[in-house]
Amino acid sequence: MTIPDTCDVAVLGGGNAALSAALTARLAGRHVIVIESAPREFRGGNSRHTRNLRCMHDSPTDVLTDRYSEDEFFSDLLRVNGGETDEALARLVIRRSAKCAEWMKRFGVRFQSALRGTMHLARTNAFFLGGGKAVMNSYYAAAARLGIEVVYDTMVEGLDVIDGLCHGVRLRMGAMQPVLRPKTVVIATGGFESNLEWLKQAWGDAADNFIVRGTPYNTGVPLKLMLDAGAQPVGDPRACHAIAVDARAPRFDGGIVTRLDCIPLGIVVNERGERFADEGEDVWPKRYASWGMLIAGQPNQTAFCIVDAKASGRFMPSVFPPVAANTIRSLATTLSLPPDRLDATVSAFNDAVRPGTFDLDSLDNCRTEGLPVNKSHWAQRIETPPFWGYPLKPGITFTYLGLRVNEHANVLASSGEPMRNVFAAGEVMAGNILRKGYLAGIGMTIGTVFGRIAGESASHAAR
Amino acid sequence: MPRADLADLVERGAQVMTVCNACRYCEQYCPVFPAMERRTSFAKADLAYLANLCHNCGECLYACQYAPPHEFGINVPLTLAEIRVRSYEEYCWPRALGGFFRRQGVRTAFLLAGAFAVVMWLLASIAGRARLWPTDRSADFYAVIPHAVMVAAFGSVFVFSLIAIGTGLVRFWRDVNHNGRGASGPADGVRPFVRRARPFGRAFHDALTLRHLQPGSVDCVSSEEDRSLWRRWFHHFTLYGFLLCFASTVVAAIYHTVFGWLAPYSYSSLPVILGALGGGGLILGPAGLFLLRRERDPALGGGILKGLDESFIALLFLTAVTGLALLFLRHQSGMGVVLVIHLAFVLALFVTLPYGKFVHSLYRLLALLIDAREERSTSR
Repeated sequence: MTIPDTCDVAVLGGGNAALSAALTARLAGRHVIVIESAPREFRGGNSRHTRNLRCMHDSPTDVLTDRYSEDEFFSDLLRVNGGETDEALARLVIRRSAKCAEWMKRFGVRFQSALRGTMHLARTNAFFLGGGKAVMNSYYAAAARLGIEVVYDTMVEGLDVIDGLCHGVRLRMGAMQPVLRPKTVVIATGGFESNLEWLKQAWGDAADNFIVRGTPYNTGVPLKLMLDAGAQPVGDPRACHAIAVDARAPRFDGGIVTRLDCIPLGIVVNERGERFADEGEDVWPKRYASWGMLIAGQPNQTAFCIVDAKASGRFMPSVFPPVAANTIRSLATTLSLPPDRLDATVSAFNDAVRPGTFDLDSLDNCRTEGLPVNKSHWAQRIETPPFWGYPLKPGITFTYLGLRVNEHANVLASSGEPMRNVFAAGEVMAGNILRKGYLAGIGMTIGTVFGRIAGESASHAAR
Repeated sequence: MPRADLADLVERGAQVMTVCNACRYCEQYCPVFPAMERRTSFAKADLAYLANLCHNCGECLYACQYAPPHEFGINVPLTLAEIRVRSYEEYCWPRALGGFFRRQGVRTAFLLAGAFAVVMWLLASIAGRARLWPTDRSADFYAVIPHAVMVAAFGSVFVFSLIAIGTGLVRFWRDVNHNGRGASGPADGVRPFVRRARPFGRAFHDALTLRHLQPGSVDCVSSEEDRSLWRRWFHHFTLYGFLLCFASTVVAAIYHTVFGWLAPYSYSSLPVILGALGGGGLILGPAGLFLLRRERDPALGGGILKGLDESFIALLFLTAVTGLALLFLRHQSGMGVVLVIHLAFVLALFVTLPYGKFVHSLYRLLALLIDAREERSTSR
């Protein structure tokens, strides 16, 4: 495998944002090289684990039901991120999300039809037929047809940035260390969640207990290189999209099947057998992404979800079987929890449950009263054996620390000046829009919209 | 290929389906995934059903984030292909002949046809050499092999094959509906067959159009980057060719027994037209499928079916070639030889029907029917 000395647009990264930028620039007639650190089999970064993207739309389409307005999308975003966003960039993403699905279809991407499927999110999110890896396969096939050069297994080791201009990209391909001198660079290399050393700088030893849900190739090297070269950071190094995953999940790349959706149906305790958060605060899709951080704050970053037989069949099955027992005490023993303490926690919870009408599809009136930490909805007594327990760990999807950009996707220097030939798209700049919490499918929206913007801007700058 | 232990196959299948059931990204590709979602655990019968519902279109392998070399190593088309072939063996009747599924191949097809040809040759020779080399150019097939002998030999083989295949299908149906946790439940047996025709209609429609070789209305893959309509079309040539040949035989039998019109029939007669069209399909279809299966990504599990596929393809193809040869050479003096060879291939095809690739069509049709019934009962 060889690589030319130069090109118009060098796209660093190989996921959705990278390919969106590459395809856009190629259609504008530019000579484009995509540099993917993963081998071909694992190409696509975290996009290979995604399943949908969030789109605003004013009327039903073939892949979306009803309507989802700009303002509703924006207020959903504000609710999850606590208002920390660059409103101009957020609204830009939301407005341009309306055209994403049609654009993706041009490259062979297929969507599920809106009226079927298990997720009940078809109003806000367009679901990929076959998921994100199928999207990436379509993109790579289109890239090959259009004449985009793709190199796999190639790491970025250095970026020669002088006075806000990138003059060279230092690469490692096996034993070779070629230097590419592109006219423009698009950085779409994701977060740094797979870089355990960097995670430990932010989180200390707690990071040893984090499970990385996605690609092991997101080491954040180009992000670090750009920050060292004077790019302006955005977001907190500790901020990330993290959910509750089964503690038995593989360290990397476990993807969707390790997540647990049963938290609203039961209680969650830490290693001491104590509850620590409201399991029924809001509907699950909106609370899904807060549990990673909640568990990260517990001893040994470990928690246990406990449900009874009433929960059976009410949540998406996970790939790991539950630990089952006929009494709370024996469940505690099997899970290595203090039996007396867990028994007391469950009893106190059961005593605090107020009568109500259980309805998982709405914010029902089943709640507890009088506990230090109450459960606001879906609180039912945990009393019907068999009892099930799932061990939980924080599962990081991606980190939010990123590169600050402007509306043209130019990376901003610490002075606030745009770097004229360096652009960023995807998770590496998602922190501009989202600094905490998560809104299902918005990562792919940001990646597609900013990938296209970066591709347009880079094409323009490479003229 | 070493034969996997049945318990290992079931365990592996259950593991794969557990991962799929927790993911569900593929749910709109084909009916396998919705059928899987209707289940929470995967016993042998459930897996046999899902395996026969799978059309091996291949989409879900390339879309899978857990496909090899991922440590989960999920390959649904391959896993289900292994279980599918094994299910033919498990449900087959008599069970003792199940091993024949593993011995199928081009060689066995030729050996069998050769043996039948030799036997027929000897019998015809004993009856008098003149019969094998007719000189009157009358195309009188029954002078070579008497009609009664033909009817007795082919009739008994055909009836045996029907019983054998039918028994296997009944075993499959019972196993899925009673031992499996199908949504239709153990209570409803055969009555809905009569009560509601709609699932029947859907199953036949899906089978006759091969809708599931067009997942998401796009032609299915032969490898990650290649899509082609030809697998579906060559299969259509094969299936409809087979049905036309069958129709030709039925019409000829009616001519013979009802009207007393004896073969040979003219080129413009219905049996000859149907047979010639069907024969054309059975030459084009199997030849195309033979070439395509060699081009297909081996990761999709083609190797497991190699013997079964090639044996069936060879017998269909050679039956058609010899049949058409007989049609055009029937007034020549070599007619007797061609007839013996043609009948030998037909007999070999019939004998292997219950123990070869042919059964896939009926197991899959039944799986589609079960799926249509399950879907109706859950969507009500």
